Amino acid sequence: MPRSSSRKSAPPKSSSVHSSDVGRSGKSSSSKAVMKESERIDHLFDSYANSSSGMIEPEGIEALCSDLGVVHTDVRILMLAWKMKAEKQGYFTQDEWQRGLKALKADTLTKLKKALPELEKEVWGPPNFLDFYAFAFQYSLTEEKQKTIDIESICLLLVLVLGSQFRPQVDRFIEYLKIQNDYKVINMDQWKGFFRFCNEISFPDLQNYDPDQAWPLILDNFVEWMSAKQS
Amino acid sequence: MTMNERKTIDLEQGWEFMQKGITKLKNILEGLPEPQFSSEDYMMLYTTIYNMCTQKPPHDYSQQLYDKYRESFEEYITSTVLPSLREKHNEFMLRELVKRWANHKVMVYQEVNGKVRDAVISLIDQEREGEQIDRALLKNVLDIFVEIGMGQMDYYENDFEAAMLKDTAAYYSRKASNWILEDSCPDYMLKAEECLKREKDRVSHYLHSSSEPKLLEKVQNELLSVYANQLLEKEHSGCHALLRDDKVEDLSRMYRLFSKITRGLEPVSNIFKQHVTAEGTALVKQAEDAASNKKAEKRDVVGLQEQVFVRKVIELHDKYLAYVNDCFQNHTLFHKALKEAFEVFCNKGVAGSSSAELLATFCDNILKKGGSEKLSDEAIEETLEKVVKLLAYISDKDLFAEFYRKKLARRLLFDKSANDDHERSILTKLKQQCGGQFTSKMEGMVTDLTLARENQANFEEYLSNNPHANPGIDLTVTVLTTGFWPSYKSFDLNLPAEMVKCVEVFREFYQTKTKHRKLTWIYSLGTCNINGKFDPKPMELIVTTYQASALLLFNASDRLSYSEIMTQLNLTDDDVVRLLHSLSCAKYKILIKEPNTKTISPTDYFEFNCKFTDKMRRIKIPLPPVDEKKKVIEDVDKDRRYAIDASIVRIMKSRKVLGHQQLVMECVEQLGRMFKPDFKAIKKRIEDLITRDYLERDKDNPNLFKYLA
Repeated sequence: MPRSSSRKSAPPKSSSVHSSDVGRSGKSSSSKAVMKESERIDHLFDSYANSSSGMIEPEGIEALCSDLGVVHTDVRILMLAWKMKAEKQGYFTQDEWQRGLKALKADTLTKLKKALPELEKEVWGPPNFLDFYAFAFQYSLTEEKQKTIDIESICLLLVLVLGSQFRPQVDRFIEYLKIQNDYKVINMDQWKGFFRFCNEISFPDLQNYDPDQAWPLILDNFVEWMSAKQS
Repeated sequence: MTMNERKTIDLEQGWEFMQKGITKLKNILEGLPEPQFSSEDYMMLYTTIYNMCTQKPPHDYSQQLYDKYRESFEEYITSTVLPSLREKHNEFMLRELVKRWANHKVMVYQEVNGKVRDAVISLIDQEREGEQIDRALLKNVLDIFVEIGMGQMDYYENDFEAAMLKDTAAYYSRKASNWILEDSCPDYMLKAEECLKREKDRVSHYLHSSSEPKLLEKVQNELLSVYANQLLEKEHSGCHALLRDDKVEDLSRMYRLFSKITRGLEPVSNIFKQHVTAEGTALVKQAEDAASNKKAEKRDVVGLQEQVFVRKVIELHDKYLAYVNDCFQNHTLFHKALKEAFEVFCNKGVAGSSSAELLATFCDNILKKGGSEKLSDEAIEETLEKVVKLLAYISDKDLFAEFYRKKLARRLLFDKSANDDHERSILTKLKQQCGGQFTSKMEGMVTDLTLARENQANFEEYLSNNPHANPGIDLTVTVLTTGFWPSYKSFDLNLPAEMVKCVEVFREFYQTKTKHRKLTWIYSLGTCNINGKFDPKPMELIVTTYQASALLLFNASDRLSYSEIMTQLNLTDDDVVRLLHSLSCAKYKILIKEPNTKTISPTDYFEFNCKFTDKMRRIKIPLPPVDEKKKVIEDVDKDRRYAIDASIVRIMKSRKVLGHQQLVMECVEQLGRMFKPDFKAIKKRIEDLITRDYLERDKDNPNLFKYLA
């Protein structure tokens, strides 16, 4: 089913991804009012997908972002990817797209746009946020067997996902990451450790931090650095 | 006497006869003039009693006789014996008692025991104060308390001993409270020891032997336990001062005394530990100061101060080990204190050198030819034994091993080892203390060298049998086993053509002997003897292969620039600077440098100095070795990373799930024999193992790790 529908609708779009998304999707939804929700979702997918690969590729995502009126580095796009359970950064497969948009009950661009604030609320909720936080790391692993992310990317990612909740911690940690020489990359455990740190450790006095606990060493070092700076 | 015609004796008649006997007895007891009982008298009395008790009822007077006897007996005690005891006091009363007791063995006891007890105790106190008392008398008196119990000690214990112990405690409490203020610690201890001895003596002379432990316990408690801290901490004469002034006898006494009281030795051993730690730390400070003073002047005299430091540490150890063995009678508590003290300052290091390095250097100095220490074989053996003992206190044994191996390699490869037996002997000692793994590489090195000598003999034989294989120059090759030896740079030098041929010839020879073995040439360890045709006279120069290669370049050119030399030799700047300096700026100026300065710069030019000469015909041009310290430390660090990884994986493989702290603890325990892993280092390895998917953190408990098979 998905394959045939994508094939059917692929040719007209491939040439005109950029120019006509808004109009087209508006038109298609009005002209084919009887279309099922899933068909409309597929239709929307096709309007961004690369016909030869059958996926929405970085350019498609770029287009989607501009249609939604957000920049592609906006945390909401990451949230959208999380909702889709997208595997590869910069790409949405049709399955992922369907999964995400069905869950958001969005079969048009307008609905998708409207769904974004709801999605944000959902993500910030406690049960989902840790999952989203881990996803953000996982999603940034672009190479086969890659398990770590370089410091520079980590800093960007931290601002993106934790910047609004734990600004002081994120700022200081980034400051530290940039001056230290012990680590060039960060692994998932350290990534998760920092979130736990933000949640559990009183900041900036760090009074309840105990280096004898199993905190990743990078956080011990961070705390040491902070204490040295404070005194 | 006729059996059948026995006359019945009636009571009055019989008792009258008996009373005569009793009166006679009383007179004798009271010392009145009265002839002794004859055997006939006894016979008559006994026969009468016997008969009266065996007559047929109603003439059996057993009961009546007994009652009457008792009456008269009691009458005697109350009217005569007791008054006589009552009117006498102290010693006289006791004498009376013994007399009376010996006479009667009656129940005077109940009446007099309290008085007796007080009298005995007061005599004991008199004796304690130095007065002479009649010990035999006390012995007799106290025997009464024992005897009355008929095998049980209750009377002795309750009616005498308890009060005596109480008095003893009070007596010594009084004494101790004065002595502790007036006497120095040694004097106090002398008194205490003397008191204990006397009390023991007392027991053996007149107290019951069962009193000894109780009595001594009381005395020890009052004299020692109560004032233990005050005594040990006495400012000018306490334990600290005794250790400071080497008061061996007083310390022995202190041990003897305090070993008797519960937990008495703990504070002593603590002070001992503090003292040794302070002494050792002072040595470290001394060496540190000496090193920093020297820095200003000359740093070249490598580690003489450090050498002195190790010597002093050994002496310190000898001294206090003797204390432990002699004064402190080999007690484990003191062995532990000594160990802990040495661990504190032996791991401090001096002037940037770890103690592991210092010990290795110290050994090197003893084992190499012309080292700074001139010792007899026995003295060397003894010293090595002691160094190995010290090694036990060093936590970074792996660092020692690596430094040792580096230095051993130099000794072996540059023929600097003074004595093969000593080399093997220290390895045996190290093996005994640290295990076979610790020394296996070093043993391999020593063996390699023996094999290399054989190999060289074979090579020479091969050359004489194969005239076509001619290396052109005399060549000695030492073949080593990779892995035993420290790692060296190989194949770096661009070998001069003459030497390339040698290498080829040896390679051919080696292939005839072994297959599947790869030869790696380490030119940096090579030595060459070359002839220099100087104008004044030809000379033999003993140089390294690097130096020789540089000099041989001047066979083809008269003048070479720094960069030309560097390119032709294919060595790094560091190496080129080092070897050119040795040839043009040091003692022997084989090369003339332009400009003539004391340091090498990349713009310099060099020329062969054909005018060079020396009073010797054969000179050795030293090439200072590169400082290997940094590399050794890096190598050890790398090895440690592997060791920690392996340990964590081993632990987790068997435990599957483990808390962070336990994991760290077990890891430290596993590795402790070789080094003391830093907690941070372990955490770092855990981080790494998580990235490499050997471990993961438990989702719910962040302090728990799981092993991922």
